[in-house]
Amino acid sequence: MSAITRDEVAHLARLSRLALTDDELDHYATQLDAIIEAVAKVSEVAAEDVPPSSHALPLTNVFRADEVRQSLTPEQALSGAPAVEDDRFQVPRILGEEA
Amino acid sequence: MTMVYDEALDRFEPVLGLETHVELGTKSKMFCGCKTAFGAPPNTQVCPTCLALPGALPVANAMAIESTIRIGLALNCSIAEWCRFARKNYFYPDMPKNYQISQYDEPLCFDGYLDVEVGGETVRIEIERVHLEEDTGKSTHVGGATGRIHGADYSIVDYNRAGIPLVEIVTKPIPGTDRLAPEVAKAYVTELREIMRSLGVSDVRMEEGSLRCDVNVSLMPRGSSEWGTRTETKNVNSLRSVERAVRSEIERQAAVLAEGGKIVQETRHFHEDTGTTTSGRSKEEAQDYRYFPEPDLVPIAPDTAWVAELKAGLPELPSVRRKRLQAEWGLSDLDMQAMHNADAFDLVEATVAAGAPAADARKWWMGELARRANETGVPLADLPITPAQIARVTELVASGALNDKLAREVLEGVLAGEGTPDEVVETRGLQIVSDEGELLAIIDQVLADNADAAEKVRSGKIAAAGALVGGVMRASKGKADAARARQLILEKLGVSE
Repeated sequence: MSAITRDEVAHLARLSRLALTDDELDHYATQLDAIIEAVAKVSEVAAEDVPPSSHALPLTNVFRADEVRQSLTPEQALSGAPAVEDDRFQVPRILGEEA
Repeated sequence: MTMVYDEALDRFEPVLGLETHVELGTKSKMFCGCKTAFGAPPNTQVCPTCLALPGALPVANAMAIESTIRIGLALNCSIAEWCRFARKNYFYPDMPKNYQISQYDEPLCFDGYLDVEVGGETVRIEIERVHLEEDTGKSTHVGGATGRIHGADYSIVDYNRAGIPLVEIVTKPIPGTDRLAPEVAKAYVTELREIMRSLGVSDVRMEEGSLRCDVNVSLMPRGSSEWGTRTETKNVNSLRSVERAVRSEIERQAAVLAEGGKIVQETRHFHEDTGTTTSGRSKEEAQDYRYFPEPDLVPIAPDTAWVAELKAGLPELPSVRRKRLQAEWGLSDLDMQAMHNADAFDLVEATVAAGAPAADARKWWMGELARRANETGVPLADLPITPAQIARVTELVASGALNDKLAREVLEGVLAGEGTPDEVVETRGLQIVSDEGELLAIIDQVLADNADAAEKVRSGKIAAAGALVGGVMRASKGKADAARARQLILEKLGVSE
């Protein structure tokens, strides 16, 4: 049985601004299910003595000194932009929202 | 429709909440070495990390961590022994990564408070959390109305600001402020700004956005204990606007509720020109941001000895300092308030430290110099005169070398760039006439030129002596000691007071 519902896929699609057809919603629900099932295998080996962790290495406090480094030039920075105006990245307006 | 403030408060009680963002004044950004200067040409302070180019990884700025802990300590917070950054995922082009690195359920500092003074009373504002995140880029919206051929709406984005360390300070809900809600909100942000200044962690310029405030307001009917739905007002860019935004939102919500309507939980925008708020986007539910621990950054575990060291190294906090200065200077609450408003504490304190009596230091800064600052529209601290120079002028007055009128001329000379007080006295020839012979000669001349007035005084109308003293001051171009001149005039005319 499917753990991920069509509605949940539709919700995720909306958050990602993806327009999915009904067929695609079903398709991705099945795929997401398979992914979650695979990841859930981790909990099979989790035991009381294994604390949950978010990082692979037991490191803390990795900082850099507050020092300025060379930035890119605007030409370099904008070289990969699909569109540029006034040395700024030009992007489609997100309708219905204000900054 | 809005309801007038007094009527709104007769029927409802407000509950406030304040979220304040402070851009830290670090030299480099939060997770990369780009500069953080305000107003630089677009996209000149960007690099692969803050542009989210593939393969670039963030490393946390040690100074930003330290500054955030110091802010937390100054706000009486507990400091987390261990915490993580989190990804806040959202779809908006102001962050090129498509997420913002922030903190979620593990803020660096939590459970503090800040006491503020409002109308002679102390109000304790509980602080829920102080966390560290990165600022976003700046979008400019270009609309079809500008006459573009296709009329298409789009935005252009400058990422210079993206990645500048940003500290978010969140209060717990603040009930019980009643009619003082707008003043409490303003006093809180004002005090927060003072604290940031005293810590030296930010330039806290609201007009440049390095201090920004979101104001949450909800209303509940009087007698009820159940809080209403809140709105969050953004774009509140001055201390005065904080007060106006709270007031306006109370009035708006009261009118909606009084007509049987419901408040929608939403983001609203404050408009400086009208002093009112308008509806923005509906607030996305918290889980929509899909926060999860940031895998590219390792956890932060501040060493307790280091935190203790930072705590011991905190500067005297503004409220403590104000109490100390008031006691030392023996000033009234009103005087202190005026000095606070004029941002004059540092200047007066430095002038006193340079040897001037507090009353004199205050008199010059809050009188002549405040007037000058007002006229020229320059902050008091930016006037081209130093506390040491004011101290020197008060010294010259105390020693009798200058009177108040001459002292004002000296200040004028210093402000005009004519040099130090001593140089201005020298070049403008502003020394008081201390040579008795010179003064007597002037008096003889004035008595001869004003025989009528002299006669009146001689016959006992001592009030007429004022005109003669005035004549001496004019003849000496203000350089005579007026009290001494009066004394000598009366002696010469054979009368006594």
